[in-house]
Amino acid sequence: MKKFSQRHLLGIKDITANDIQLVFETADNFKSIINRPIKKVPSLRDVTIANVFFENSTRTRISFELAQKRLSADIVNFSASSSSVSKGETLVDTVNNILAMKVDMVVMRHPAPGACQFLAKHVKAQIINAGDGTHEHPTQALLDAYSIREKLGGVKGKKVVIVGDITHSRVALSNIICLKKLGAEVMVCGPTTLIPKYITSLGVKVEHNLMNALEWCDVANMLRIQLERQDIKYFPSLREYSMLYGLDKDRLNSLSKEIVIMHPGPINRGVEITSDVADSKHAIILDQVENGVATRMAIMFLLAGVSELERLVQTERLVACMPEVLVRVSFLKKN
Amino acid sequence: MNARIILEKKQLDITLDRLCFELIERLGDFKNIALIGMQPRGIFLSRRIKEKLIHIIGKQPFDYGELDISFYRDDFRRGNEQIVPSELKIDFTIQDKNIVLIDDVLYTGRSIRSALDALTDFGRPARVELLVLVDRKYSRDLPIQPNYVGIKVDTRANDKVKVDWKENGKKDAVHIVTND
Repeated sequence: MKKFSQRHLLGIKDITANDIQLVFETADNFKSIINRPIKKVPSLRDVTIANVFFENSTRTRISFELAQKRLSADIVNFSASSSSVSKGETLVDTVNNILAMKVDMVVMRHPAPGACQFLAKHVKAQIINAGDGTHEHPTQALLDAYSIREKLGGVKGKKVVIVGDITHSRVALSNIICLKKLGAEVMVCGPTTLIPKYITSLGVKVEHNLMNALEWCDVANMLRIQLERQDIKYFPSLREYSMLYGLDKDRLNSLSKEIVIMHPGPINRGVEITSDVADSKHAIILDQVENGVATRMAIMFLLAGVSELERLVQTERLVACMPEVLVRVSFLKKN
Repeated sequence: MNARIILEKKQLDITLDRLCFELIERLGDFKNIALIGMQPRGIFLSRRIKEKLIHIIGKQPFDYGELDISFYRDDFRRGNEQIVPSELKIDFTIQDKNIVLIDDVLYTGRSIRSALDALTDFGRPARVELLVLVDRKYSRDLPIQPNYVGIKVDTRANDKVKVDWKENGKKDAVHIVTND
């Protein structure tokens, strides 16, 4: 019996290749649903989800919100800028206060790496990581791999190069782990200062020349330079970065084969990728956005599908003082 | 645990023939008709019925689709097993069509309720009928009855009715598995 192995989605590191395949197969169904006239299914009608965003986001938040609405879940949105966090409340207190209002699942983005792991240990709701600092962004990796699978018919054996700010990018880390689990070959490309020294321990190739990397790959994932996370200057100027690592039409045309261009957004047009490339037929940037809704629906459907019995047993210790819940657990166990 | 065959290959074949002729008798020229098999197990039956009808009539005058009900089930988050969706193939509009839903075993009727819910998300059918191979009598949780029945059986609640198909890698047969 196929089953999602985790109760939370904290990072790609925690899930198996089978889990990823299960997400893809489920996402296929949701993709056909979001393309039909009635784009909604009632699966999660008894689930309440809180979107807790401690960092700015457009795509991810809207994508999650649409996915939740199309699964008929009830949702509450919370962003740090307009909340009591600025009054000094801790993360666990904030989330526990939200959970006290009977919330089943929390989708969280946070600037601190590991924030989601921390939360999963301390609260009883299911947690989905929507990006934690420079650590992981699992749903982005899943939708990227799903888009590669859709465009090229599979991920196994494909050559993917990730170009740009590898050091500060959670998209890069999650993508590397995800693609390796699915059997793809991965290369990272960028200036020496933006590639972590031990990145090869993840089994990836390192290349500092963009043209060599592009000639090698089937897919190029162009990342944004994360200036907001850079505490020091890692390269002389954006113009120089763009001249050495920016993808433009001339570079694309000089390749001996056609490659697929991806970008997780937001795009800095003219820096890592020029407008004519971003809008060309090689780019699947908007397909990635569409697939984002389908894969996020799949993840929430699979996580919410963990049975009530299992959830009650998992929380048994926490609710031991509530006799009626224990009666219910034993009743469910019997049946 | 012991298994008892209630339909073996030849009887199953005759039953399928009869169901096809019943469909032809009731639906005439199949104008505005769509046959829809229910994933995951009903599709083996619906594909057989489709093939047989095409063989008898000599053409395919009806639409054919396969419906997945995973997202509409009422036991989501209630059962012990993860619900994994199957492929859904309905590439025609069901607005104002006469639908024949096809499933292998009718037991509590809950799948059919989910299927009716799922169907309305594709449009408003003129009418929906139900064809099942095995009708487990006196076991309904909901007021749902089939229009075309292969075989009616009396079973106890902890019995299982298993339908095997050669497309599924087994021999064509219908069993009742009893746990004593």
